[in-house]
Amino acid sequence: MGRKYLLGNEAIAHACVESGVDFVSGYPGTPSSEVIDVLRVQPDRSYYVEWSVNEKVALENALAAAWCGIRSLCTMKHVGLNVAADPLMTSAYTGITGGLVIMSADDPFAHSSQNEQDTRCYAHFARVPCLDPASIQEAHDMIPEAFGLSEELGLPVIFRPTTRICHSKGDVNLGEPIVSIRKGEFHKDPRQYVVIPAHTRVLHKKLNEKQSAIRKRLVERGFNHYKLRGKIAIIASGIGATYVQEVLPEGVSFMKIGAYPIDEEWLGDFVKKHEKVLVIEELAPEVEEVVRQVAGCVPVFGKKNGYAPYEGELSPPAVAVIMEKAGFLPKNPFPQVDPIQNLPPRPPILCAGCLHRGAFYAIKKVFKDAIYPSDIGCYTLGLQLGVVDTTICMGASITVASGISHAGDPRDIVCTIGDSTFLHTGIQGLINAVYNGANITVVILDNRITAMTGHQPNPNTGVTACGVESPPVSLDALCRACGVSFVESVDPYDITGMVNILQEAKRRKGVKVIIAKQMCVISARRAGVKRGRYGVNPDICTGCGTCVRFGCPAIEFEDEKARINELCSGCAVCAELCPVGAIVREGKK
Amino acid sequence: MSGSFDILIVGIGGQGTILASNILGEACLIEGRHVKGAETHGMAQRGGSVESHIRIDGLFGPMIPPGQADLLISFDLLEALRYSHYLKKGGKMVVNRHLVLPTSVYTQNLVAPTEDEIIAALKKHVLCLLDADKMAEESGSPLSQNVVMLGAASQSIPLKPESLLAAVRHLVPKKTIEINVKAFEMGREFGGTC
Repeated sequence: MGRKYLLGNEAIAHACVESGVDFVSGYPGTPSSEVIDVLRVQPDRSYYVEWSVNEKVALENALAAAWCGIRSLCTMKHVGLNVAADPLMTSAYTGITGGLVIMSADDPFAHSSQNEQDTRCYAHFARVPCLDPASIQEAHDMIPEAFGLSEELGLPVIFRPTTRICHSKGDVNLGEPIVSIRKGEFHKDPRQYVVIPAHTRVLHKKLNEKQSAIRKRLVERGFNHYKLRGKIAIIASGIGATYVQEVLPEGVSFMKIGAYPIDEEWLGDFVKKHEKVLVIEELAPEVEEVVRQVAGCVPVFGKKNGYAPYEGELSPPAVAVIMEKAGFLPKNPFPQVDPIQNLPPRPPILCAGCLHRGAFYAIKKVFKDAIYPSDIGCYTLGLQLGVVDTTICMGASITVASGISHAGDPRDIVCTIGDSTFLHTGIQGLINAVYNGANITVVILDNRITAMTGHQPNPNTGVTACGVESPPVSLDALCRACGVSFVESVDPYDITGMVNILQEAKRRKGVKVIIAKQMCVISARRAGVKRGRYGVNPDICTGCGTCVRFGCPAIEFEDEKARINELCSGCAVCAELCPVGAIVREGKK
Repeated sequence: MSGSFDILIVGIGGQGTILASNILGEACLIEGRHVKGAETHGMAQRGGSVESHIRIDGLFGPMIPPGQADLLISFDLLEALRYSHYLKKGGKMVVNRHLVLPTSVYTQNLVAPTEDEIIAALKKHVLCLLDADKMAEESGSPLSQNVVMLGAASQSIPLKPESLLAAVRHLVPKKTIEINVKAFEMGREFGGTC
């Protein structure tokens, strides 16, 4: 197939096709989303692919497919594995017959995440193998190996790339795509698939008995290897191993770990050939803990004695600093340079014309001294507008709101949650809030798409991952079915209308739901929606700054007057806000 | 130090840094050379400051260490300043004379340096300053600003202009090939003068 310049996730997706994957499921999450985004648009697919409503649902679907003997892939970001942890833990007991690869992408430095947890700990916890690539090429090459290993061992295999693999690019040697003709067939075997206590005790013992063979097999397959080059050694994993190779001097032995669990005997033989050992890995000390177990009296340098950080991501200069501290001189000294200080930051912001900005504006106008629990999506950027007080994990806006309500705080509580997040794990919180009589206002920010991760469709969109029409969920009917009697839909571009409905909700007790419905402005643009553009009449503008404080990137302030730039998408909210009517549709002055 | 020619492309989410880095990657493939890179995806793209690292002949990691970039291409004046510490001593900057003030300046009353102050600070480096927006418009579409920038920078990039042009033709939307070829050539011509 030759060589291509690809994004890490594109290379991973291609490798799945080269492995003859049959079944793909997942939930979008940065940095994992592009794998399914690539697989779902391939013409003449021979595999099934879906965006599931959450990671637990995705994994259970993929597990069932693998029980039917076909090759299954399930993708998610690291925190998604928390949601899928329940089926994960027991899938190690039941095992599988068709290969099951669970891709859980870690995000060291939390570029786009709520924490820096390490997927390798889950693999350790569940006692399943984990592959940890150090480059795009290795990520690509590991995928067919992961499917093969999963089938050979009868266990799910976790594949753990990090942001710097998923979202880095490079020239990759690709193999030929395989068109699979496998059909799934479920063979009944209650002792394997019905985990009542009598069965599960036996299955647990079998899982434990497999461990030693797994360790040996991973060394045989060449995922973990080393070069003896001197009396001191560096052991590194993942992208950290690539950074070490960039600065590794002559005369220092190097061991690369690409798979877990690590064979202790093999590792111990290597460590004992050296006078000291430095361990380089991102996030948790997964490798270091095993190294310390086998090191005996050989000094080990790493996170546990303060030489390397537990948090953040590594880089060649960061690795060089750790090496120097531990007395391993790096090949290259890096120049000490500092960024220029005091430049105004440019964090990501809600787009010009984003529906969330109008909704937040109306919420703040009606609920001035309120508590605003929120959730995970583009709208978390409402933090900059002062309307996001909490974010903890997917679906935790309604639950945090009801918790605060029952805790006795007398203030109003207004929580915000996107449509995709509501369908992911928000519904349970709503049922619970109604059932237990919380006093909260829930605003569902409904843009009909999973926008933040790259506009993936969800059950609210009306199409599947592959673009096939599907009946869209009725959020209104769903909320009513949960027992909410006050459910109102409103267009958040209509500030007056939204303010009126919020005031009505404020007067009522119990759980109130307002569905703020408007297309994501990026989806609208792609769909060819044209609303015209707005401009400021400088003769009327008094320079009061009301529109500028709205925080839209299309509105600038120059020479004491507002000005609207080319980012304007014509939502017209600022025209409604302007107290003197200076903002008008262009061409209609 | 790693033997690669390191290019950092910076700008604001939505300005087309990713397409520019894809063109460089494709041109490397055309010449049969290795290339590594990394870029900003996800929420950070929403109007935020974005960076694309490209390491021509790169064999190791995708990230350019600060102080090691051979070339900095910036689609915005302020972003050029923000990332200027990535340039190595004697490295070159190709910068679009275009300044978008971050919304934080308006909403939080922060002080931003003026255009003249930024340009004065950038002049500490080898600087090629151009009005890429104007050239893009002249070539037929303001959206080709990123290709104008690449054309201007191409004078300093160790890739053949034919390879870069072939990559442009391959990667831009079909209807815009001629506009982008013109944009590249206009940029390249200007790049030859600075």
